[in-house]
Amino acid sequence: MASLKQRGINVYNWFERRLGLGKPTIEMAEHEVPSNTSSWWYVFGSAATVILVLQVVTGILLALVYAPSASHAWGSLEFLDHNVRLGWFLRAMHGWGSDFMIAIVLIHLMQVFLFGAYKFPRELTWIVGVFLLLMTLGMAFTGQVLRFDQDAYWGLGIGASILSRVPFVGGPLVDLMLGGPIIAGPTLSRFFTLHVFVIPGALLALVGLHLWMVLRLGINDWPMPGRIVDKKTYVQEYHKLTEKTGIPFVPDAAWKDAVFAAAILLAIVACAFYFGPFGPTGQPDPTIIETAPKPDFAFLWIYAVLAYLPPSLETPVMFIAPILAIGAMLLLPLVSGEGEKHWSRRPVAVLMVVVIAVTLGAFTRLAMYTPWSPIMNAWTSVPIPESDLKDRTPLEREGALVLQNKQCRNCHSIGGAGGMRGPALDSIASRMTEDQIIRQVLQGGGNMPAYGNALNPAETTALVHFLLTLRGGTLSPAIDASRKLVSSNEQSPSQVHLRPSASGGP
Amino acid sequence: MNPIEPQSPSDQINVTQPADNSKSAGHSRRVFLFKLSLLLNGAVGAVLAVPIIGYLLGPALTKSSNEDSWIKLGPLGDFPEGETRLVSFRNPVTTPWDGQTGDIPCWVRHISGNDFQVFAINCAHLGCPVRWFAQSKLFLCPCHGGAYYEDGSRASGPPERGLFVYDHKIVAGSLMISAGKMPTLAARNCTKPVLTQIRTNSTATLADERGLMPTEGSQSRNSPWPA
Repeated sequence: MASLKQRGINVYNWFERRLGLGKPTIEMAEHEVPSNTSSWWYVFGSAATVILVLQVVTGILLALVYAPSASHAWGSLEFLDHNVRLGWFLRAMHGWGSDFMIAIVLIHLMQVFLFGAYKFPRELTWIVGVFLLLMTLGMAFTGQVLRFDQDAYWGLGIGASILSRVPFVGGPLVDLMLGGPIIAGPTLSRFFTLHVFVIPGALLALVGLHLWMVLRLGINDWPMPGRIVDKKTYVQEYHKLTEKTGIPFVPDAAWKDAVFAAAILLAIVACAFYFGPFGPTGQPDPTIIETAPKPDFAFLWIYAVLAYLPPSLETPVMFIAPILAIGAMLLLPLVSGEGEKHWSRRPVAVLMVVVIAVTLGAFTRLAMYTPWSPIMNAWTSVPIPESDLKDRTPLEREGALVLQNKQCRNCHSIGGAGGMRGPALDSIASRMTEDQIIRQVLQGGGNMPAYGNALNPAETTALVHFLLTLRGGTLSPAIDASRKLVSSNEQSPSQVHLRPSASGGP
Repeated sequence: MNPIEPQSPSDQINVTQPADNSKSAGHSRRVFLFKLSLLLNGAVGAVLAVPIIGYLLGPALTKSSNEDSWIKLGPLGDFPEGETRLVSFRNPVTTPWDGQTGDIPCWVRHISGNDFQVFAINCAHLGCPVRWFAQSKLFLCPCHGGAYYEDGSRASGPPERGLFVYDHKIVAGSLMISAGKMPTLAARNCTKPVLTQIRTNSTATLADERGLMPTEGSQSRNSPWPA
């Protein structure tokens, strides 16, 4: 046994004499860190690195089968899912790994922001981190394109349409993005190049730089209220703290990183196993237009923002907002590189995190049920509640048919079913008079198209009569106060003012 | 390595001790040569960069006039008067590995006689595929809810303008369109004035369409919906 051990040491020494990497690596692993940084809050960066390795490995394995050509990519994904042993599982791991990656990177970002880690002397570490975040999102978007299905095809269309709005150079930018006049083979090839070569290369290089700076400058010490960062004294204080409370990173602090990374990997495996791979949805055939394209989870909030921006603000916001946001993140450490690190002394920082998180969450939630989109098949698939048809005149029932046939339900719900683009019609007659309904239907307005050209007078009459029965059960109908005034003026000119308007309507 | 190592220290001693001048002279000569080599590599890099950048920018440098060409959509009989139909065509510029992505759909509206409108499938907002609803005479977009009237003009929603239109002509009883490039706000075939896609071929249709026009103007602000 002893000789075997000795032989092993000899082999190590043979390599070490030539490589010289063992000693600095061990020194790096055992470097002293302040003991208060051995915390469960400090595990997200290493977890993101571990997921990156997982993504690289699963990505290479998928590339063994994937065919990066517009005519075969979708088919090769189906082949992976159904014909390659465990191909579905590898796809699922890569897809869920991507979602976990973004989540962990965002948590890491939030943690280092709240812990003031971007302050002196770690400004550049933060700036590199901002680029790492952008590249992570770039990987997510290009990866979604490689899943060359309907969502990917129309997602590229959305991307091209956004780029086409860039002033002056929009057209050439679209050409560069698509690699040709339309979304086709060359488009997929360039996104393959970006996803497999360009972005990962830059990503790995910057991760190396990021880690190098963490090692060189030391991990951010646990912030304490009142412990102010001052460029003159910080480094000295940090070294004093490390000397006083220092523990070797490996193993005293690193075990938490290792446990968390293992838990995250297990979570990815579990999600991949139980939920399976993402898509592919329908094949990327643009002539199949019965589709409602949607981006992946990380970009849902953008999808929602694009639905809510007023047309006149859309283009400026599209291009100015990202520049401001990224610029602010890059400048943050340069502007506030000193001062308090602790979150309890930085209420604006905490408020910003909360507001941004709630905003992104709200937009993401909205994009999950897209209330702004018409439900394309509601007019044929959603019924009118029985109670709204009971004891109605033939004309009113005819109007209910018109309501269905003219696709009103695609945007308007009754009884909770139907589109949400327009207001629900359950109690429309308690809010609008007959004249108002007619005007609204024929001329549109307030985000509703005009139907004057799509309805003949008989259909309009029937539709309006049906709508006038929709009063939410017991609500009283809407009254045009001016009409009331006119009609009572005609009857008894002297007593108009005190008459209560008890009843009225059609 | 081994044969050289023992020599180099003695070399140094030999050189440094007798003549300091010659070393510094050699040093400045080597520095000059190094700078020259940097310059040389810079020049080679610049020469290399020309084809590389040219290759990268290739798609953007192609003249868009080369990409649009006339495509036959089918005989007029395929498009009944008063109807709007989905038609697909093979894009004139494709690669053999484009597969289905080279098939591009479009909406053909036969107004009457020889009056046609051919709309792009892509919503003018962000390019999603619009769907035609004959009963309500609307094009609806599934992504962000853009809506267009039957003549392609904007009805409601986020689009800033009407649907993109392909130029068309009728040759020997067939409908032909000029296509080839994905229609976007920046593409050449879409630089027409915003919100006016009505073709003024015949006075009859013009008058017909005028009936629609007031709705566009009046719909913008006077919303009766409670906010």
